[in-house]
Amino acid sequence: MKPSAAPKIVSAALFLIALLVGVPLLINATGRTDLYYTLTSVALLSIISAGVWITFYIGRINIGQGAYALTGGYVSAILVMNYGVSFWLTLPLAGLFCAAASVLIGLPILRLRGVYFAMVSLVLTEVARLLALAIPITNGAKGIVSIPLPGGISFFGITLVPDFSSLANPRLAFYIVAVLLMALCFLGLYRLAHSRIGQLCQSLQQNEELASSIGVNVAYLRVVAYALSSFLGGLGGAMFAAISQSIYPSSFTVADSVNFMLNCFLGGLGYVLGPMLGTFVLYFGWDVLFQTGEYQLLIFSTVLIVLMLVLPNGLLSLALPGKRSL
Amino acid sequence: MEQVIANGLYLGAQYALIALGLTLIFALMNVLNFAHGQMYVLGGFVTYSIYGQLKLPFVVALVCSGVTLAVVGALMEKFLFRPVIQRSKREESTMLLAAATAFFLDAIILLLFGEKQRGVPKIISGVFISDRVILPYDRIVVGVVAILMIAAFMLYMQYSKPGRAMRALAQDRIAAQLMGVKVERYSMIGFALGAMLAGVVGGLLVTITGVNSGIGGPISIKAFLMVMIGGAGVVAGAIAGGFILGMMESVGLTVLREYGDVTYLAIFALLMIFLSIRPNGLMGKPWG
Repeated sequence: MKPSAAPKIVSAALFLIALLVGVPLLINATGRTDLYYTLTSVALLSIISAGVWITFYIGRINIGQGAYALTGGYVSAILVMNYGVSFWLTLPLAGLFCAAASVLIGLPILRLRGVYFAMVSLVLTEVARLLALAIPITNGAKGIVSIPLPGGISFFGITLVPDFSSLANPRLAFYIVAVLLMALCFLGLYRLAHSRIGQLCQSLQQNEELASSIGVNVAYLRVVAYALSSFLGGLGGAMFAAISQSIYPSSFTVADSVNFMLNCFLGGLGYVLGPMLGTFVLYFGWDVLFQTGEYQLLIFSTVLIVLMLVLPNGLLSLALPGKRSL
Repeated sequence: MEQVIANGLYLGAQYALIALGLTLIFALMNVLNFAHGQMYVLGGFVTYSIYGQLKLPFVVALVCSGVTLAVVGALMEKFLFRPVIQRSKREESTMLLAAATAFFLDAIILLLFGEKQRGVPKIISGVFISDRVILPYDRIVVGVVAILMIAAFMLYMQYSKPGRAMRALAQDRIAAQLMGVKVERYSMIGFALGAMLAGVVGGLLVTITGVNSGIGGPISIKAFLMVMIGGAGVVAGAIAGGFILGMMESVGLTVLREYGDVTYLAIFALLMIFLSIRPNGLMGKPWG
């Protein structure tokens, strides 16, 4: 381990402790329990956005993450409702289903680049919505509602995760699960970005022809990255379906897909923590502006435009000027 | 059958006009204009206000739509896209900007015109009926105007000085600059022209389908589809894409009627297959 890694681990651990202990204490002290839901949403959305970030890492603009989030949500909901599978099992299954689907879809469309990929992925979100409306198992526009809360997990009689419906405060439980998931995802993302594969992905971002000429298996690598990205999308979507206990074709729309992309942009594409910060700022900004009523969208978009004009390389470029912190 | 083709041609003419504006902006600036659908809606509302509310002649309203949008487009280019393109490390940043402008225009439209569906009185009443084809006269007029505008646009691009300059820009920005083309000026003109086209189509279509503040996004998606079919940044491709999409929609709505609302699903599936064979669309530059 390099000597520079120790402070990073300490600060990451401190951050996690602050989220898991500090935030609940603060919320208890102030009595703003509605913040649990907001923060849980931020954590989950940042997982989904992290997926988009991976595709940016291989130089593709992905506006199709909503499709996988929706698919993940439906897979989890259908497995829980129709087949009685435990939610905790459906969580990875939803991710894997999305990853498998993305391999099939990705093989042709990952040959596209730049704007073409962006447009196809945007269309993908619309396809997912239309599919959810058209095929019978998703129950059309009515969606799937009153999904039960996640059950418990016990291992040889020891309860690892309590049954959520027996808890006094399921919101806190969801919050903790979401934060832990987010921490895991970003840890994985950090490792990925610093691994050999991460370096190779960066070579794709800069010049695919050059990368393939020196022996990088471009086709394989981009499919893997896209599958990982979709896995995160499905995971986040499944969690969302469990929290809201419902999923509709309109749960994740084109606007959401665009927002996932904006989260990454706003945080900064060159930074692993970019999607997390971007999601936090965008989601909270949107919530805070709710008080302005009909001017909400106007102010929000103006702020976005101004941010873009002042900081075209993301918020984190402010904190770490000139340095590519990867 | 003739009816289906007539509908397809009418839809295609409008679609082609929308796609033209999008592809022009893309060719000149390498910007995917997310706000294109919102520009269309804005154009529709301008025509609605002038023709529907103030009762001025339709032609005046249409011209006003075009001029308003041209001004909006020029301002967007000068104050938003140009500085961001200059300063950003990655060209994708323009996409965030485009998405933010789309939100912005949405907000403005919502504040100014409300969320209600708006329509205007027909420009010409009556229906053309022959033994095979039934078409309302206003649709014919709109279709013909759209085709005339496409022709005018192509002639303008082909023979006028700004048109030549813009084609040079689309081919190679730096080479054009070295030959003394005023790159900034023609980028602005091009953006304004693209926005104007969107506004004019919005104005034309408000007489038939009406307009509401929520249709901007779906229109953008359709425009993207057409550009993908034809190839981004190619004028002929956009026109071809527009007519192909119009025809597919018209045929799909007739053939797939009994299966429910699956026309667009089929179109998307076909598009995926098509793009895996020809990633750059029909006539796109082989740059990916």
